[in-house]
Amino acid sequence: MLIRRVKSWPFENQLNGISELDRLRRDFSRFLTTPEGQVGLDSPAGVYPFLNVTQDQDNFYIRSEIPGMTMDELDVSVTGRNVTVSGERSIPTEDQQVRYHRREREAGKFRRQFNLPTDIESDRVQAKYRHGMLMIVLPKAESSKPRKISINS
Amino acid sequence: MAVATQDIQTRDKQEVQSKAEQTTPGRVFSPLVDIFEDDQALTIVADMPGVHSDNVRIDLQEDILTLTGVPSLSAPDNEEFVLQEFEIGKYFRQFTLSEVIDQANIKANLNNGVLRVTLPKIGPAKPRKVQITES
Repeated sequence: MLIRRVKSWPFENQLNGISELDRLRRDFSRFLTTPEGQVGLDSPAGVYPFLNVTQDQDNFYIRSEIPGMTMDELDVSVTGRNVTVSGERSIPTEDQQVRYHRREREAGKFRRQFNLPTDIESDRVQAKYRHGMLMIVLPKAESSKPRKISINS
Repeated sequence: MAVATQDIQTRDKQEVQSKAEQTTPGRVFSPLVDIFEDDQALTIVADMPGVHSDNVRIDLQEDILTLTGVPSLSAPDNEEFVLQEFEIGKYFRQFTLSEVIDQANIKANLNNGVLRVTLPKIGPAKPRKVQITES
């Protein structure tokens, strides 16, 4: 399962979300992870961009902060349970005359894969990019939705 | 356009270490910025993903420039996390300016989560020479 294991720790403060411990664990896990999909691992990959994946009864939602892109520079593809977000972020060069004091923003290529825990309906996947946030809605396949079974007496 | 060939590295959001206590709940992060200047203006470009233009505040008081951005809510409560790698929080960063800025002509633009603030300089900041007279 891809549930954050830390959540079940009794001292995890839900209000603080990602705790200091979680951050440490993530730093550590970067030594162990590959750029490939995270099959059965609950540790985030050290691959840009960071993803938040949530679910409700009907859909999975993937959200990611990728500021300064255009729709054409972003690529989202779905194969089976695997979702790939890739693209290239370019930062326009300023006038030759300018003197830089700080350069913290980064340009470059990226590619991130993620494996969802259940099957999805790949032809109904939707992706939106607004205000520098990518949001992908992936409807769960009918077969993988929980079904209520009535019990006859 | 810039030639970008290398891969982007992940970087954790930098939390603001504020001396003053926060009065609103939630975390506060420091946005990544590029700062550059030419003879006419100082420009600050800041990454603020998830922020709408209504929720940005640019404040210049004395020589302190403050940028604040409040992103819209991340996930509705009825969704449960499968994986959480980043947190949504307010963006906040302050800069001390050493130039005199033409306050009336500050321009700001927010495009796809990137805020660009142009601060025009008022002439060259000439050191004023004080004449000393002997009496």
